[in-house]
Amino acid sequence: MASYIGSATSRVDGRAKVTGEAKYAGEFNVPGLVHGYVVDSIIPKGRIVRIDASGALGIAGVIDVLTHSNRPPMADKDDAYKDEVAPEKGSPYRPLYDDRIHFTGQPIALVLAEDWETARVAASQVRIEYQKEAHVTDLHAERTRAYAVDVPEKPRGDAERAFASAAISHAAEYSIPTEHHNPMELFASTAIWENGQLTVYDKTQGVQNVQQYLCKVFNLQPNAVRVMSPYMGGGFGAGLRPQYQVVLTVLAANALKRPVRVMLTRAQMYALGYRPASIERLALGANSGGTLDSMQHEAIAVTSQFEEFARNDTGWGNLLYKSPNAKFEHKLVKLDLPTSCDMRAPGAATGVYALECAMDELAIALKTDPVQLRLQCYSDRHQGEDLPYTSKQLRECYRQGADAFGWSKRNAEPRSMRDGSELVGWGMASGVWEALQVPATVRIVLTANGHAEVATAASDIGTGTYTIMAQVAADMLGLPIDNISVKLGDSTLPQCPVEGGSWIASSVCNAIANTARAVRGDLLELAKATQDSPLSGAGVDDVALIDGKIVSKRDAGRAVSIASAMQSGKAERITREEINQPSEDKSHARNVHSAIFAEVKVDEEIGIIRVTRVVKAVAAGRILNPKTAHSQVMGGVVWGIGMALHEETLYDHRFGRVMNANIAEYHVPVNADIHDIEVIFVDEPDEMVNPLGIKGLGEIGIVGVAAAIANAVYHATGKRVRDLPITLDKVIEFA
Amino acid sequence: MTHSGTTKPKGSIAAAPEKIPITLTVNGTEAKLSVAPWTTLLDALRDHLDLTGTKKGCDHGQCGACTVLVDGRRINSCLTLAVMKEGAEVTTVEGLAHNGELHPLQQAFIDHDAFQCGYCTSGQICSAAGLIAEGKAKSADEIRELMSGNICRCGAYPNIVAAIQQAMERS
Ligand code: FES
Ligand code: FES
Repeated sequence: MASYIGSATSRVDGRAKVTGEAKYAGEFNVPGLVHGYVVDSIIPKGRIVRIDASGALGIAGVIDVLTHSNRPPMADKDDAYKDEVAPEKGSPYRPLYDDRIHFTGQPIALVLAEDWETARVAASQVRIEYQKEAHVTDLHAERTRAYAVDVPEKPRGDAERAFASAAISHAAEYSIPTEHHNPMELFASTAIWENGQLTVYDKTQGVQNVQQYLCKVFNLQPNAVRVMSPYMGGGFGAGLRPQYQVVLTVLAANALKRPVRVMLTRAQMYALGYRPASIERLALGANSGGTLDSMQHEAIAVTSQFEEFARNDTGWGNLLYKSPNAKFEHKLVKLDLPTSCDMRAPGAATGVYALECAMDELAIALKTDPVQLRLQCYSDRHQGEDLPYTSKQLRECYRQGADAFGWSKRNAEPRSMRDGSELVGWGMASGVWEALQVPATVRIVLTANGHAEVATAASDIGTGTYTIMAQVAADMLGLPIDNISVKLGDSTLPQCPVEGGSWIASSVCNAIANTARAVRGDLLELAKATQDSPLSGAGVDDVALIDGKIVSKRDAGRAVSIASAMQSGKAERITREEINQPSEDKSHARNVHSAIFAEVKVDEEIGIIRVTRVVKAVAAGRILNPKTAHSQVMGGVVWGIGMALHEETLYDHRFGRVMNANIAEYHVPVNADIHDIEVIFVDEPDEMVNPLGIKGLGEIGIVGVAAAIANAVYHATGKRVRDLPITLDKVIEFA
Repeated sequence: MTHSGTTKPKGSIAAAPEKIPITLTVNGTEAKLSVAPWTTLLDALRDHLDLTGTKKGCDHGQCGACTVLVDGRRINSCLTLAVMKEGAEVTTVEGLAHNGELHPLQQAFIDHDAFQCGYCTSGQICSAAGLIAEGKAKSADEIRELMSGNICRCGAYPNIVAAIQQAMERS
């Protein structure tokens, strides 16, 4: 039987998704469902003086209007609101808790009605009187208030002095605006009380995180609350923390003792988390031989007034380049906004953008090819920790990526390449992320008819978790993939952390391997108990499960079928549950790497920029499913194109309010924006990172892409734009 | 600086409007329903007929997740009031497969992995069906342009184009 691991397998949940059968959080239409509509704050800071809901309550079909003053009880301690991935420092936001306004878009009332349209119109009739206070929402205006947070990277040598005496140097400031995840599915929750049990369908990347949070906030017994998220219409980090609509939904279900659904509008989703705007200062100094003497990276990013969300933007250079002197500093500015949060490759998407643009500028100053400069500075060790890598095939990424792209044909001179009326630019960058693992538990139930159910409380947010789990289980149990059913997105399943950070594939698949080994052990015992067993004397690691049989690894002729072993042992099912604990070994650094090559074409007269080609070569250990892996990385590249050219949350700082809180004016790439994207997976066997050699792919796709595009735009136009997004008004002056 | 402000309702509303009976043919089956004039075709499908395959991504005609076929043409069902479609034939993603056999576009979307989370997929597939019926798109560039009303935040666009090309070749 051919191995499923490593084969391009179509998604096992594909049929459910193309037929519309897959149900998302806001699609459980239960009898008697009450619809909630959120009224949100139009001021960024202050307090609610009065809420007059009489206009709403007078409309037929309106059941109630919940506010901080009439809601059912909620916990009053900060601890209750700290979810699994809440920032360590600060006091989490409490929805509908009191009269304080912390940010524009904060929910202040929930209108409940028999149907959604009535709830919506009634929400427009709720009168709110506010007392405003002075607010700040502009990172650039407030940057002098920035304060430093601890970063793991310690300084080395004297970076400032080495910079001052460098033969060639480059220093500049880069900036990235606030970006919003904008998953296609609107955030929604449905809460149903039945016989003392609360079931919540929620749009979340972590069902157990939400379950534990709800238990604490509403003082509920853990076994009385079940949170489900069998499908999720995109997360990208937005669904890591419990969002406020789930609190409002449960509040309403508690108040009315009826099933309730709350679905946010697209505009309301701009008051959830976001990628914090950041200002990044890079200072690189090189000697005349073209290697780094000094590397300094300082970032200033946004957090809220009440929580300290910080993802280090600055340490990535330590993973890529040798430099005897280095200094990193990450700072925060507190603004009157919701707390920022993780968004695809948090810290790296932004930090590596700045670093890799700076490396391009340094290469130009050195008159060196940008790939060549990276090879000259290449580090085989993690510079900060002074550790070797479990594997690092980044050199191969540069080589294979450059070959596929045709980099050798590049004329280094800016504005030297053309295609008719368009200027052509070629740029490149590196990408890097961590190969993380977290403890996760998997249960396998093998039945005598040769079917297995594989379950854990992870979510498949579109990444392909259902499919890779089925592949790995099929291989480990020696069964056809059609005989495997995967269960996810249910808080009652075995323990699994939130789906994020690219750690699910490695954590869950290694847990499947552990559990399958336990199942194999049970089967072997049953097989050995049969008369004249051909497997007598064999240990669990002397046999494998292949094609429905327990087979001796030494002599394939010695085998017992799974069915007959279970039959003779009168075992109808075997149930096993095992955890995978990440290795404690700190002797090696664990990372994922990539090289990105991008081609842009810029209309010389009107400045329109098109990204016509991207090659992304990725070294990420073992690729479980080239088909879904390709989609994941390609999707990351599309995000990188959006980051480079389109995405920007625009604020009117006078009012502390988002001006483009919709998906027409917050630009994301559409089909016509996307052209050729080639994804290459560089071979990278790695038995040290974890037994299955999996590194994860969720984040690496985006990292470095915006830099490669920015560098290509410079090459095309001779104009360096350092502030994202690179819109045509910023390049138009070149003509 | 402290001052106060008040939001003012945009004119008060005393009662929800009367419901109106309508008849639609949805996926070949006649459906009689009673909807308020402000109910969109999207909400009628999702909330009244429990056809949740059609998705809501913006409710403002900006994302295409709600695309369905009405009398064979692709439209944004969130921008269409249900009462305007009295007597119309509506096809949603649930109506594309026949006797368990997937529509060529559905199969092509699986073959080419033309989605990740799947939330835009119903709209993409219905939109692609409408596009093929229009007969306008021939090249990949034309498909890209004419499918640009359907946003895929997962970024599956190249695979969506490949899937549509496959379905076009086979139809
Ligand atoms: S929901 Fe109709 S276009 Fe977005
Ligand atoms: S598949 Fe997720 S938005 Fe298209």
